[in-house]
Amino acid sequence: MVGRSLRQIVWARLRRDKVAMFTLIVLIAFVLIAIVGPFLLPNPAQVFDKSAISDLGGRPKLPNGGISPEHILGVEWGTGRDIFGQLIYGLRISLIIASSATFITVVLGTVIGIFAGYAGGLTDTVIGRFMDLILAFPFLLIILALSGVLTQRLTDLGVPEGNPSRILYLILVMSVFGWPYLARIVRGQVLSLREREFVEAAVAMGAKRRRILFGEILPNLWAPILVYATLTLPAYIGLEAALSFLGVGVQAPDTTFGAMLATSVAFFKTVPTYLYFPGFTLVVLVVAFNLFGDAVRDALDPKAIH
Amino acid sequence: MAAYIFRRVLLMITLLFMLSVAVFFLFNMLPGDPARLTCGKACTPDLIEANRKRLGYDQPVLVQYQNFVGGIFFGRTFSADSPEPIKCEAPCLGYSFSRHEEVMSLITRAAPVTFWLAVGAFIIWLTVGISLGIFAALRRGRWQDRLTLGISLVGYSMPSFFIGLILYYFVVIQWKLLDKPEYVSPFEDLGKFLATMILPWIVLAVLYAAFYMRLTRNQVLEVLNDDYVRTARAKGLPERTVVVKHALRAGLTPIVTSAGLDLAGLLGGAIISENIFNLPGLGSLAVDSITKSDLPIITGLTLLTASLIIVANLVVDLLYAVIDPRVRLT
Repeated sequence: MVGRSLRQIVWARLRRDKVAMFTLIVLIAFVLIAIVGPFLLPNPAQVFDKSAISDLGGRPKLPNGGISPEHILGVEWGTGRDIFGQLIYGLRISLIIASSATFITVVLGTVIGIFAGYAGGLTDTVIGRFMDLILAFPFLLIILALSGVLTQRLTDLGVPEGNPSRILYLILVMSVFGWPYLARIVRGQVLSLREREFVEAAVAMGAKRRRILFGEILPNLWAPILVYATLTLPAYIGLEAALSFLGVGVQAPDTTFGAMLATSVAFFKTVPTYLYFPGFTLVVLVVAFNLFGDAVRDALDPKAIH
Repeated sequence: MAAYIFRRVLLMITLLFMLSVAVFFLFNMLPGDPARLTCGKACTPDLIEANRKRLGYDQPVLVQYQNFVGGIFFGRTFSADSPEPIKCEAPCLGYSFSRHEEVMSLITRAAPVTFWLAVGAFIIWLTVGISLGIFAALRRGRWQDRLTLGISLVGYSMPSFFIGLILYYFVVIQWKLLDKPEYVSPFEDLGKFLATMILPWIVLAVLYAAFYMRLTRNQVLEVLNDDYVRTARAKGLPERTVVVKHALRAGLTPIVTSAGLDLAGLLGGAIISENIFNLPGLGSLAVDSITKSDLPIITGLTLLTASLIIVANLVVDLLYAVIDPRVRLT
């Protein structure tokens, strides 16, 4: 009952917030395009339009990177792959990576945070030090250094070779380095929640520990968890792009925003449009997520300044 | 207070120890064969095997770890029984056989670049972030507030490598306002140094300034609602004094502490900015070593960066304990 009424309050506040509604529509559109788009468009990973590029050097024949009715955003230098198609397929991979990583991060952070906060004592100390250790790691460096080996490990474990293994690697490492931030927040909340009367009542009635943790305490944590999730998702989209840019992650012929930007660097002196399209789409997507995340936070915060 | 410091320092030493173990064993599963890098094109299987033995890479991981930690405190000698032993003085983080140089000297050579990059960006982002944050908080709800918030939102939504690419493209290539970045020491040629660093500084500062602007705004707003600010107003102090002397001082403490941690994180290398602007700092050294599977450098750099963060954590916590006595209880 508690969860439901909170949901109603939040939804009512969000509906009055014009920015929130607008960004929500933009985000739904992005998600729909990512889901439906690949059914309507041929996969640019397999379609090389040699007629759109010159025979020598593979330079797009038409100006602005070969923009034409057939290729509304132009084609990729050298291969003739459609950039609009790459954006759609790339969007799908970016969203899959970011949302899966966010999901695992939130589950790990919540469960470990609740355990640490409720158990206290030695358990709490050990988990706390472990989190300090993870947070001290230069995670970008580690992700870069371990990508080759761990991707190979995943392939050995039976994940399909190539991009599926690379994608899974990204999802896993982002989650491993991301959960301590949420776990800290959750732990802090649990510390005060466990002293409250309703927990005491549940203990007195002989409720099992699992029931207290996930039946009594967890429903009171939805607000911080939801806020954290809505702001982590865009951060992961950006991180995935940065990692792909540095060469970790999805490889051609598949693509993501970061991978497209990395490819475009070689050509941007002559074809800047190839840099603009993925770049601005990425910024719009992340801005929309961040705006929506802010709106959710305001809606969940009783003290919010409107 | 003394007991608190003692406890925290003890904790830091434990963490540093755990860190060294984690880093060493994590990277031990990397594929790069350090022995293969010792002879380049002249390598034969026999030669690799001989070199591996000479350098101690044939020993169990635990022994290798002991040698590594021993090297940090007492220095060590590689290939001791050969005619040309390589002596690595303490603190020895290892020896890169592909570059024929001690890891420590590679790091000390790259460190100034990263240092100037981090410090310059730090000054810009704190100045811009905090002043815009205060400005927005004082005009809360008005159009100035909303505009600043909007700018900061776009600022931290832009991936830094995208800002970097766009700036590089326009400023350097299209408009030719600046020469191609090429690092020189500020003591050698200050003008060229500034011309090289200004774009990387901006790229790094945009991201952090946007974040600090929001942080500052929220802090100041929170403090302005506190009772003691109301008291200060009630006793008739001018608004200026209330804001500067009462609200800001209390509100800015958490910002300064989190700035310390961010600076420490950056000092370990700003991989993306250094990559785009071709700066030979720690980040570039790291990426280059990863490409070449140069294990000793990767291990040394990771350890150094993580230690920086752990030490900065301690410093920040101690500062916090000095400012706010309640912290010492936990």
